[in-house]
Amino acid sequence: MDQQTNSHAVAQHRTAVERKSDRELAVTRMFDAPPRMVFKAWSQPDLFRRWWMPKSVTGVSILSCDMDVRTGGKYRLEFGAGGDTMAFYGKYLDVVPNERIVWTNEEGEEGEEGAVTTVTFEERDGKTLLTFHELYPSKEALEEAMMGSAAGLPEQLDQLEELLSGRA
Amino acid sequence: MVQYLSPSLDLSFAALSDATRRGIIDHLGRADASITSLAEKFHMTLTGMKKHVAVLERAGLVISEKVGRVRTCKLGQRGLEAEAKWIEAHRKLFEARFEALDEVILEVKQEEEDGSANE
Repeated sequence: MDQQTNSHAVAQHRTAVERKSDRELAVTRMFDAPPRMVFKAWSQPDLFRRWWMPKSVTGVSILSCDMDVRTGGKYRLEFGAGGDTMAFYGKYLDVVPNERIVWTNEEGEEGEEGAVTTVTFEERDGKTLLTFHELYPSKEALEEAMMGSAAGLPEQLDQLEELLSGRA
Repeated sequence: MVQYLSPSLDLSFAALSDATRRGIIDHLGRADASITSLAEKFHMTLTGMKKHVAVLERAGLVISEKVGRVRTCKLGQRGLEAEAKWIEAHRKLFEARFEALDEVILEVKQEEEDGSANE
């Protein structure tokens, strides 16, 4: 086998998450198929919506999925969870078929800068090393996402909600 | 990153998007500090700082202890573990995603093989 920095995690097909810097997070994983197939499953909306939010884990279902995966194209995803609706949207800054997709994650508030996500598909002996990299506009924005993540800290959110409703 | 349309989640985001409270957590991540020194650092009254610290304490992010006449603040267990927990939650989400993606890729592969076998 070839020498790779994260060969241990990769050999086990394990999903690895690393905080690269104050503003960056990276997720890596090996896939048992060439990059063009992984790219296809990522760039076609009918395929993408089948895996992006596995309902068994997230309890979230995809209501709509519009993706125009080419440089300058836009996307909008809507999710439903327990009567609430969430929307994710942005545009593709750079798309190189079978190699790379770069997109923005726009904030709800007008003109506010969000994170930029880059996913790369690298060939490794007929398989694909996938890297999902998020760059936040600031250290504070990354921390806010970490602190505020509903998936990450539900108990803490419950406590804060209680706290806030008491203050309001 | 995400536009949450749920009002309860918006409220939670609001709590932690308070610049002073974020600053306090950041500061305590580097060193413990007294309420007095925090008040000085963030240019506010003792009473104002006590209120912020109380909010963080109730969320378990900060703990404080009075020794003699000085109340010292440090990161609570939640504050210390928050990042590690979040990273693990993030990993679990991606692991689940990628397992589902494996299935989709297998189908794509199968279709391609069937396609070429029929040619």
